[in-house]
Amino acid sequence: MSSSTAAVASVRDVSKTYGARKALDGVSVEVGAGEMVALIGPSGSGKSTLLRSITGLHPIDSGGTITVFGEVVQQNGRVTGAVRRARGRLGMIFQQFNLVGRLSLFSNVMLGALGRLPSWRGLFGVWPGADKDKAMAALHRVGVSEYAAQRANTLSGGQQQRGAIARALVQGAKAILADEPVASLDPVSARKVMELLVELNKRDGLGVIVTLHQVDYAIRYCDRVVALQKGKVVYDGPSTGLDTKRLIEIYGPEYEDAFWEAKA
Amino acid sequence: MTHAPLTGAAAGIPKAPAKSAGAWALDLLIWGGLAVLLLISMEAVDLGNLSRLITNSANIQSFGADLLRPNFADWRLFVGKMWETIQIALWGTFLAIFLGVPMGLAAARNIAPVWVVQPVRWIMNMLRSVPDLVMGLLFVVAVGLGPLAGVLAIALNTAGVLAKLFSEAVESIDKGPVEGVRATGASKLHEIVWGVIPQVAPLWTSFALYRFESNSRSATVLGLIGAGGIGQVLFDRMNGFAFRDVSAVVIVVIIAVTLIDVLSQAMRRRLL
Repeated sequence: MSSSTAAVASVRDVSKTYGARKALDGVSVEVGAGEMVALIGPSGSGKSTLLRSITGLHPIDSGGTITVFGEVVQQNGRVTGAVRRARGRLGMIFQQFNLVGRLSLFSNVMLGALGRLPSWRGLFGVWPGADKDKAMAALHRVGVSEYAAQRANTLSGGQQQRGAIARALVQGAKAILADEPVASLDPVSARKVMELLVELNKRDGLGVIVTLHQVDYAIRYCDRVVALQKGKVVYDGPSTGLDTKRLIEIYGPEYEDAFWEAKA
Repeated sequence: MTHAPLTGAAAGIPKAPAKSAGAWALDLLIWGGLAVLLLISMEAVDLGNLSRLITNSANIQSFGADLLRPNFADWRLFVGKMWETIQIALWGTFLAIFLGVPMGLAAARNIAPVWVVQPVRWIMNMLRSVPDLVMGLLFVVAVGLGPLAGVLAIALNTAGVLAKLFSEAVESIDKGPVEGVRATGASKLHEIVWGVIPQVAPLWTSFALYRFESNSRSATVLGLIGAGGIGQVLFDRMNGFAFRDVSAVVIVVIIAVTLIDVLSQAMRRRLL
């Protein structure tokens, strides 16, 4: 299977146990190339755990398998050797941006090249000119190139998150995994970030899997929604199929709390 | 409008917490124990002879009189030896950083596996627990009298201290940025260089500067055992009862150490 046509991620029968608690309980989901999927569910439902498992940031219980672009990244309770290549193809966006605060925004975006450059170049920060141009182009595209020389921790949340997206672009990522990308942002920045993700999906054909706390955002920006509850998939279908009855099933009677701006 | 007094019971406010009998007993045990320990140690440290400070005041007077009239005739030698002392501290600290960085990373639980962390910590504790004077005596035997013995003594002792401080700084970093670097497909070494080091760099530099400060003080003392520097001169003049020279040496030391303190504090303030 070539990586361009293979599914972004194929999650089969995945469980993750923390002590006595099952964060994921027999989850199977497949996300195809070019899809834009929202992962929703109440706090502690396992949506972040699922996303972090796909990129191999923590191992899953044995029994489950996770494949990224046709390559197995987790099997038999272990993260496989293919995970670094898989991470290079997946751009990860975090709720807290996870930029290195004391480095300039430009340096942070350059780090996206670490996975595909020779190791010594990455170690000493000797970036090829073409990659520097690529980083500036990415920063320009997400609209924060004027802050390139500024330390990341001096920037606003929205600026940092857009920098994080630029880092994923420099990676040459084929898909974006975004873990609550807008939960720490103000509504205006949040919309900009979501619109950017949609643009990357529609124009560049990148697959996008995004965990969202806000159901209205999931419905507005994503075609497909996967809902988790207590580690189990309770809904997987078009976002238009999320009616009140479904939402009460997922979030309980206080489901309106899961809307940010207004009920759709 | 009346203001009813708000009694605890009426308002449902719980009472202020009181110390339990057990806590009192523990306090008594700790402070009482300390007092007893101080009392029984009085004899061992000869505290009864404290009055000699006054009765032997003639000694102090002549000593003091000489100290007040420092003799700077040999100032070139003193300053030269002080400079040697600072150089000992400089190289000792540099070698210590060189050893301390890998040890500090290897001793951080959030970076290294436990089977690396434990042995490295054991070595660090050993290095720290040997005072640099003792270390100096060993190196005087190993490499002979002179500054190199001082450099090596300071390097090993400080490496143990810095490795501990470095590793504690690493353990308190935010793991988010490290995960951010990891998620780009970077190697473990890249994660350390780009995710860990930038976070700890100001703290590490500050620790290293602070150790350089205190090493320039310890290097002064190391001369007493023949490990080079101004301490040797101090010891010689003291043994020759040349207290006016001693006074001059002490003044040179105080000025030099104060200057280093001020400089390094200014640098550390800029960093943090």
